[in-house]
This record gives sequence, C-alpha cells and structure tokens, in this order.
Amino acid sequence: MAVTAFLTDSTLCIGCKACEVACKEWNGVSEDGLDWSGFSYDNTGAVGHSTWRHVKFVENAPEPGFGGNAAELNSWSFSSDVCKHCENAGCLEACPTGAIVRTEFGGVFVQPDICNGCGYCVVACPFGVVERNPDDGRAFKCTFCYDRQKVGLKPACAKACPTESIKFGEIETLRADARARVEELQQRGMDDANLYDPTETSVGGTHAMFIVRGDARAYNLPPKPEVPTIYLKKAWTASAIGAAVLLGGTLAAFLAERPRSRR
Amino acid sequence: MLTDLFSRWPLIQQIRTGANGNGVEAMSERTRNLRPKTDGAEVARSICPYCGVGCGQLVYHKNGKLVSIEGDPESPISRGRLCPKGADTYELHTHSARLKKVKYRRPYSTHWEDLDLETAMDMVAERVWETRERTFQETKDGEVLMQTTAMAHLGGATLDIEENYLIKKLFTAGLGMVCISNQARI
Amino acid sequence: MAENHPVGFQWVMEARERGAKIIHVDPRFTRTSAMADIWVPLRAGSDILFLGALVNYVLTNNKEFREYVVRYTNAPTILRDDFKDTEDLDGLFSGWDAEQKKYDPGTWLYRSAPRKDGREFPGHAEAGGGHGKDRGGEAQEVTNFDWDFSMEDPQCVFQVLKRHFSRYTPEMVEGYCGVPKDVFLKTAEAFTSASGPEKTAAICYAVGWTQHSKGVQIIRTAAILQLLLGNIGRPGGGILALRGHASIQGSTDVSTLYDIFPGYLPMPFFGADSHKLKEYIKKHRVRIGLWSNFDAYIISLLKAYYGDAATKDNDFGFNWLPRVTGDHSHYGYWLDMQDGKMEGLFVMGQNPAVGAANGRLERTALSKLKWLVVRDMVETETASFWLDSPEVKRGELVPEKIATEVFLFPAAGTAEKSGTFTNTQRLLQYRNKAVEAPGDSRNETWFMYHLGRRIKEKAKRNPAPKNAGLNALTWDYPVEGEHREPRVEDVLKEINGWTVSDRKQLPHIQNLKNDGSTACGAWIYCGVFPEANRNRANERAPKDLLGHGWGFSWPNDCRIIYNRASARPDGTPWSERKKLVWWDKDKKEWTGLDNPDYKKDLAPDTPDNLDSGVGVTGLGGARPFTLHSDGVGWLYVASGLKDGPLPTHYEPLESVVKNPLYAQQNDPAAQKKERPDNPYAESFGDPRYPYVLTTYRLTEQHTAGGMTRTLSHLAELQPELFTEVSPELADEIGLEHGGWARISTARATIEARVLVTRRMRPLWINGERIHQVGLPYHWGYKGKAKGDVVNDLLAISEEPNVRIMETKALMCSVAPGRRACGTGGSPVPSEQDQDSLTAPDFVRAEQAKPPVPHGSGRLTWL
Repeated sequence: MAVTAFLTDSTLCIGCKACEVACKEWNGVSEDGLDWSGFSYDNTGAVGHSTWRHVKFVENAPEPGFGGNAAELNSWSFSSDVCKHCENAGCLEACPTGAIVRTEFGGVFVQPDICNGCGYCVVACPFGVVERNPDDGRAFKCTFCYDRQKVGLKPACAKACPTESIKFGEIETLRADARARVEELQQRGMDDANLYDPTETSVGGTHAMFIVRGDARAYNLPPKPEVPTIYLKKAWTASAIGAAVLLGGTLAAFLAERPRSRR
Repeated sequence: MLTDLFSRWPLIQQIRTGANGNGVEAMSERTRNLRPKTDGAEVARSICPYCGVGCGQLVYHKNGKLVSIEGDPESPISRGRLCPKGADTYELHTHSARLKKVKYRRPYSTHWEDLDLETAMDMVAERVWETRERTFQETKDGEVLMQTTAMAHLGGATLDIEENYLIKKLFTAGLGMVCISNQARI
Repeated sequence: MAENHPVGFQWVMEARERGAKIIHVDPRFTRTSAMADIWVPLRAGSDILFLGALVNYVLTNNKEFREYVVRYTNAPTILRDDFKDTEDLDGLFSGWDAEQKKYDPGTWLYRSAPRKDGREFPGHAEAGGGHGKDRGGEAQEVTNFDWDFSMEDPQCVFQVLKRHFSRYTPEMVEGYCGVPKDVFLKTAEAFTSASGPEKTAAICYAVGWTQHSKGVQIIRTAAILQLLLGNIGRPGGGILALRGHASIQGSTDVSTLYDIFPGYLPMPFFGADSHKLKEYIKKHRVRIGLWSNFDAYIISLLKAYYGDAATKDNDFGFNWLPRVTGDHSHYGYWLDMQDGKMEGLFVMGQNPAVGAANGRLERTALSKLKWLVVRDMVETETASFWLDSPEVKRGELVPEKIATEVFLFPAAGTAEKSGTFTNTQRLLQYRNKAVEAPGDSRNETWFMYHLGRRIKEKAKRNPAPKNAGLNALTWDYPVEGEHREPRVEDVLKEINGWTVSDRKQLPHIQNLKNDGSTACGAWIYCGVFPEANRNRANERAPKDLLGHGWGFSWPNDCRIIYNRASARPDGTPWSERKKLVWWDKDKKEWTGLDNPDYKKDLAPDTPDNLDSGVGVTGLGGARPFTLHSDGVGWLYVASGLKDGPLPTHYEPLESVVKNPLYAQQNDPAAQKKERPDNPYAESFGDPRYPYVLTTYRLTEQHTAGGMTRTLSHLAELQPELFTEVSPELADEIGLEHGGWARISTARATIEARVLVTRRMRPLWINGERIHQVGLPYHWGYKGKAKGDVVNDLLAISEEPNVRIMETKALMCSVAPGRRACGTGGSPVPSEQDQDSLTAPDFVRAEQAKPPVPHGSGRLTWL
C-alpha cells in the first residue's frame, strides 16, 4: 500500500474553487454560510469543519514572473489549502478517544463514529485545520478521501482540479517532482518559488506539500509549525519545578511556624 | 464471538502487534468497512450541462438514485476534470428546491396551486389551439403567410439538439409560429 | 477564459508551461489576467479600434503571411470603382439609405461580378438577422472576378484594407482605448510574430466581444487579423468562441431561432421570398461550393418535416411553412408583448425576468399575456413574476389585476435524460440517461411530443387548409417506459437523415438528394447516425490528439474546419511542425491527422472553374474555404452584413466619448428600440452617467444563476451581488470597501456591495481619467444567493446582424449607500411618470437625492 500525499502547486492554480466543491460534493459537507466577505473573491474564509479544501486569494503588489506586464501591473495568486496530514499529527496525539487514526496511506483520519466532540484536537493542530461542527460538536476535517483511496481512486479535489495544481501520488515521488518544479520555476525567473514541506520541525513533514511564491505565510502556512507535544517535556519540567517550589514553600511555611507554636 | 470482540479491542491489538495505537488497530468497524459510495454503482456517461466546453461526466447511480457525478477521465476535452459548477452537478439534481409537481396560477390569483401533469398538458394544448385558431393568418395581400405572431417560444441553450429540433418542427413547421427564439446568437 | 471556462483553460496553462505567450485583453483584471504574460486593460467597447490597430500593424510592418494571403483570402480581389469606404464618407460606406436606415450593398460587390437577379440582396432588405444572411455569396454570381495577385491595384481588397485601417494607430489606441503605446506595441509584436509556416496563434473570445451593438464586426476584425497571419484552418490557430452554455452551438445549428431552419437554411421572408420553392432555391443557392446543394438540403428538411405528404407536386410542402414578416427575435417580440400584441409564451430553461436586458420591461410584458408556460428545474423569477417581482413589491403590478394564466412544469435534469449537446467546438456529444426524473419532471422531448400529439389530434378533426402542414407533420415517434417517453435516438436519426424508401440512415452529406428521395433534419449533422445502430455522438473511444473516436464533429467529423488551408496550394504541409492534412500523391487523396475538410479526391493541381463549374469541384484543388463561392477566406465581405463589408470603429450606444475617427457615432444599422420604457442616456458625454459600466460572469456562478443560485455549494462561494471599483473611484466619490453602492443607468437603479480593488483601474482617455465599473450579473430575488438584478440596468438594443443586445459597454453613475426602497431594483421613470408612482413619500424623498456628487441639474429622480 503506497504512502500518498498532495502536492498543491500554487503557480498553476487559477482560483476556480473546483476543489472546494468537488470535496463537498463527495463528502457531503454542508454549506458554509452565505456571507459575502469582501476579501477578494474568497467567501469561505479558511479551512474548517464545513470547508475542507479552501482556496486562498492573495491580491498583491506586483511580483516578477511569467514575463510580460500582467505581473507588473498586478498580481493575484491563488492556492488551495487543506489538512496537512502531518507525519507527527498534533490532533492525533491529543485525541483521548482514539477517534483519530493514521491510515495505511499516511493520512490522518477522524472517525466520526468514535469522536465525542471533546475538542482537544482543535487546539492541538498547529495549522488550525480541525474544527468542531457547532451542530453536534464533533470534529471534522479533510479525510484524505480515505474511502476513495481504499479502492485506488484519487481524492475528489485532485481529480477535479482543472489545471493539475493539486497533484496526488506516492509521497516520495511527489517530493522529488516538487523539488524539480521549484528548480524549474526559479530558472524561469521566479526566484521566490519555494517548497513548503516542514520536515525540519516537529511535525516531521506533511502529506500535503505546497509550492508557493514568496512568503508562505501569505497562504496561511505557518513558518514553523510544531506539534504541541514537544512542549510536554518543558511543560512537565516547568510543572515539576512549580510543584517543587510550592511544596518547598509549604514545607518552609510549616517549618517556620514550628518554633512559634512551641512558644 | 466474545473472543473475537475482545481481540478487536485496541489495547489487545496494540499489545499483540506492537503498534502505537493510532493506526489500523484503532479503527472502528465503520472505518474498516469504509467503501466509496460509488462502490457497486452503475455508471452512465454524460456531459456537463453548464458551459460550452463540454466536459465528460460519469453519472454514478444505484437503485434508480443518483450517487455521485464526477469527471470522465477518458474525455479528450476535459481529461476527467471539472470546474466548481460541473463539480456541483449532483447537487443540481438533488437539492431540495427542485420542482416535482406542476404549479398552476389562475388568472388574477395570488397563489400557486398544484396541478395534475396530464390535465396541465391538456390545458396547454387547448390554450395553444385557441390562440392559433384566433390569430392564424393564411395569406396577406394574396400571398402565402401561414403564420401566427401571437404565440412565442424562448428557449435556453441547455436544451438538447433533439429537443430543439422538435420545438422548431412543431412550433414553426406545424403551428406556423414565427416568434421562436433562443439565447443562442451565433 | 480561466474565469468562465476553467476546464478548457487547462490547455492554455499547458501551452504556457511549454513556452506559449498568453495575452489577455479585458477591462478588468480577472483570474485569466492573473495567468497571462500580458494584460491589456482597455475601455469597454473600443475593441474594433484595438483590433483594427493590430491589423494596421500587420499591414504597415509587412507581417502578413504573404503566400497564404494571396492564395487563400480575397485580398487580391478587385472591388468596384464606385465602392466608397468609411474613410471617404466619414464613417459610412457607400449605399447608405438614411431614410430607411439600411444599406444597399450594390456597390460593395466585386468588380465584374454580375449582380444576381432578384429583387433584393439576401439578408439586407429583410427583417432577418445575420442567421438569414447571405450564406456563401448569394448576392453575386460567381465568375472569374478581377484579381491582382501583386495586390497593388488601389481597388484590390488588400489596398482598400490598408486605407480603411490606416488611422487605427498606436496613438489612437493610447488615446481612446486607454492602452499605453508601449503595451500596445509589445502586444502587437508578440501576437503578430505568429505568422508564417512555423507559428500560429489562436484567439479565444466570448460574449465580451459579441454583446455589443457591433458585436459581429468585432469578430470580423479578429477574422481579418487571423487570415492575414495565416492562422485559419491550421493547428494552433483559429478564432475560438467560448460559448457559455452546454449547447449554444447546438441551439443555433439545430436552430430555435426565427430566421433560420436547422443547418442555417433561411426561413422564407414575406415579400422577399417567392411562394415558389424553385424561386426560393434559386435565390439562396450558390452555384459553387458547398451551398450548391442548397436544394438538396431544404428539400430533405421538408421531407423530414412533412414525410410522404411532401411531394414534388406540392413543392414538398414549402407553402405550409410560415413566412417571416418582421423582427420576431426575443427582443423584437418582447416589445410586441409589452404592447399587448401577444397571447401566449413558452419559456423553456430560460429566465428572462433576470437574464435579459431591461428586466423591468421583460417582467412587465409577461403580465400582458393570456397564458405563460414555463419549464424549469426550479421556480424561476420568470414563472413567478406576478408573485414576488420588484414590480409587485413596488405596486406597479398587482396580482389581482394580472390576467396571465401560468403553467410551471418541472423539467428533467441532464442526468435524467438522454440527448445531445453540441459543444463550442462543433462536437456532438450524446448523454445517457442515468435515472428517472423526480415526480412529474419530464424532458422537453416528452413535453413537445405529447403536446404535439394532442394538437395534432385536434387538427385531424379539422382538415382546413391552414391545418394542412400540421396534419402532414410527421410525429410518429415510438414511446417507451412508464412515462411514454419518445426514444431520443429516433429524433437524432431523423436529424441525421435517411433514404425515404427504405429508411436507411445516410452516412454522408454527399448522399442528400434534391428529388425528395432523402429526408434530413439538419444537413450539417448528416453522418452522426450513419447506420441504424451507430450513434457517433455516443462513441467514447478517442484514438488521437484531436479526439477522433470521441463524439462527432460537424461537418464529417472534421475537428478543424477549413483544414485544407493547413497545406500549401501544392498540397504539402506548410511546415512539418504545423502539418495537419496533406495530399497523398500515391493514394491520390487528402489525408492527415484530421478528416480533410475537402473533397477527398480533389487533387491540389485541379484548376478552378469559377466561370461555369458547380459545387466544390468548381473550386479546384486549392481553395480551402468551401462554404464560400470563391473558396477563399473573406477579409472583405461583399454582401450579407447589414453594417458594412469591413469592420469600423463605432462607439457604444451610450459612450463616454465622441467617435474619434468618424462623424458617424454609432453603428448606423444598430437598433436602439428607444421608447419611454427603454430609455437611453445621451449617446456620448451624458453628465448624469459619467462612468463606463461593463457586466460579466464569475467562475462560481452561471449566467443569470438559474442553475447555480439555488445550490448551496455554489451560492456560498459568491453569495451576493457586488460591484468592482478602483481605489481611485472609491476615493473620488466616497465608496467604502464592504459598504454599499447605488448604480444607476437611464433604465434603473440597483444596489450592490462594494469591492474596491486594484484589479479595476481608471484609464486615460483623450487626456481625461475615465473610470470603469464592473458588475457580475448572476443574482436575482430567488434562490439562496440573492442580489439586485443587474440586467435591469441594460437597454434593449439590437446589433444589426444577429440582434444581440449591448451589455458590455454602457454608461452609469455610482453613489455610496443603499437604494431607498428595499424591493429589488427601483426604476428610473420619466418625469411625467413620477406622479403616478405609488412609492411612499419618504422613499421618493430619499430617491430624489442625487447619487452623483458632481451630477448635473438635469438629474431629477434617481
């Protein structure tokens, strides 16, 4: 069984949102609200319990690329965000019920029949992906189309994407493709093209990589995502110290009291 | 059966397989049996109803009900891909605001009424016949005219060519209606 | 293209990745511009000026593909000496009849071309639009015209073209399109580099070009440009219409239009066409080229319509056909409806209450009908105009006083029926029914069949002469299933055609006969159902890059039309890189990567015989444009276009400037249909409406929203109407991002949320800063995503050739804040109408405030 991944190449994204709709259609995800945001053409805001794929619209100052004057006059770039399916997944580690599991394809899957809506995963996600549904409180996010992958089908978003901005495949192959693509883009004058794949941090790499231009933060991608559990040692040490201090203080208080009581 | 249940207990599995308790061993019955909803569905080959590109679609259906509508990877036009509208074709067919009955509004009425389909067809045929009887002109200045301009048709460009053919055939060649239009202007 | 045809755009993206240059010309910066190398923002409605300047650039810099132009276009053809160009007559061509407001194209013909006998030129005198126009040179008899292959004769088309566009300069583009000279030159250099044997370039367009008062001529300018560069009939070339609906192409091919039958055969016009079939054929047949078989096409159609009752003796039922007496197009008859001249209307899969120009007039006219039949998947604004339209809310229409009887039928969706769409590349693709439609929903085939069956039963009881055609009409479609649904393939078989005697399907257009022995519903589709059990539209086995084996492309499954032009006159490919079809010397036939769009065995060295030849053979072996009487591409159109043989820059009907090139401000033949309920601003510089307005679509919604506004997954993506304005305009009039704006034209005022974006930018026009305002038009007052009806702002107008309305360039005013009455679009009535309005006083007081800070004193009620 191959371990798989998404590679979302924002230099190919035309911002059509087919991925958002295809995902919702396949997974039966409910409507996200009919609010007009005024943020470019983005009215679904961010990835959440009712939006598992989300296209970010970045209207920017001009940036070089593709030659010609389109980019000189304006730049408008798009990138489809999704659950990163981290190698070390905060949500999975935080889940106390065993509702979140890792599938044989490397994806992180929330089992809706197990989830009891405690919400620990929500705060544990370094990307702000998992969210509770306000109706019944259960947590929802991208399933990596686990059901489709089981029979060898591509996830719905990757299948629909008109320009192959969303690629899907075996993770190491995609990683190599991504590096080659970034190199090619740089050779074409897009010096700021880079691969977002946080292997160096505690999430240990993701099953959703991104090729973006410039600062990845513009696309909702944090520069240094960390799994909350790495803070455990620090937290426990701090608590231990705190407890020791408290204990010491208490003892000291008792010890200090003794002579007086004897008086 | 009890042992079977016991052996599926995540803790036992974890101990037995040395797994970390987050993988297959923690999967519920539902998760383990998860299959795509198109599994076992029949598929009809179709074409997207939105724009003029003509992307291929695969319509999955089971027991007379739609299951999913996806792109057809074999289409040399679309290669399996769809835009947001095309990707929403399933909802186009299944959303709750779809009409299922004939609605009828009497003259001067302030509300809709339901109407039986066959009755509605009879009534429309009657209206067409009456208007034609009243307004049809065979000649003008002694020359062939054979038309009525009192009835019109306006069609959308999501109609099939067979439907368009019958519309022009009956309305123009049969009834003499000349006010025939469509949003198409090529 | 990325915006409205994202899946088609995958090929553009792929080309870009392989080094192709993408140029996007659009007033606003869209998702397409974001992917382009060069974005050219221009003033909406100045397209012919821009394209004409490209033509001029080609001609002055000798960028044309010389051999292609000499051999495959009418550039060397010499015109009559009495032809006068717009350069001579300040914006008019010779032949203009100012009283009747139409052209007599007599002086437009080629020198030495005998004018065909007959009272009138086809397509000119008649009320017909461009669909009923001169098809392939009907006006003039094809003989050996005068040519100058050196193209130096001052009256040859090439020289006339040079003079015609000589003032379309980069400076003019800078001054009146608002495109800086350097951007224009960069664009011109990039595009015209695709000239010659090795390179091609394609032009893709959509309704941003067609929905203008001179829309046809905009496309014509593109055609001239592409012919000069040798980009027609060759791979990677062409002018590609991106049609907005699944079967726009099909709805015109198998037309439901008033002036043509299926296959672009002209409807007979009262007065202009004889009541004798022979005379009608004589008028419309062209001796040379594909139209020489016109008689076979029309007689086969009559046989398909009237079956055995159509005989030689009764002219195959020609006189059962109705005659066209006027403008029976959508807007033509809608105005009649508004004037109370009509009784009944069928609306199928359309929503004119929201989707058509001047929505208020569209909706009001419906209340004048006796009966209205609407067929759709949802309750549309059109079906319920009497219930919840803005006019009802404003009290202009009162349900208790509306006599219209309304039938709203539920329609089947695409997955619930079989049938064929013809896509934008002329490809017929058959859909297979998956499930039954819910409840009483049926498809239109069912509806038409059962309606026709009922009416024919009535006619049978009444064999009066007026019912003769109705009684003769063949309507014997076998039905099947619980719903007694006709088999759709039977209809497609009839469209394809058969021999009458044994009902054997016809495999090829060449099989059509003029003696009544064949029946065929649409000659251009002949071959789609070549055998009883072979539906080529339903074939799904693509075997090459062009997709042969998948669907059927008319004519004869040619994927690139006029592809003979992809080879040199001698039959060899222009280049190895751009080869498509070529002459196989050994087999003595045309062959290649596409089905040759030429007579298969017509050798390239066959001499033409324009003097007395017949059909395609008469063209000889090197005249690729087989639909034309001279077999070449037309840079200059001698007859058939109502507004001139060459495209000319005219301003939109409402414009910010006076026409900089000619005294003639607008397309002289365009129809404004101006009347109190369809008013206009002044034709230019109206101080009440200082901004250019353009309307458009977004990826997430579809046209007027009938198929998207009700769907949650699309409604949420673009939930509300907004207007796009530049930061400069926002500053100037105090618009707040995220706030509200009122947008007014001479027809209406609507409100929209404000999206301030750098993607809209002011342009410098003739030294003045001009603002353009953008409005997507998808919304209405039903469904999930709602908004005011943008089309209420538009005027009903008609381009002279195809009667399309001008939606892409008009004038408006904008003011911050919401409109006063919260009832969905308020009208702008004439002054005398004001007193009769029922709007409450406080509403009228609010509306009396001028929306434009620097508006003139003439602004009385907005």
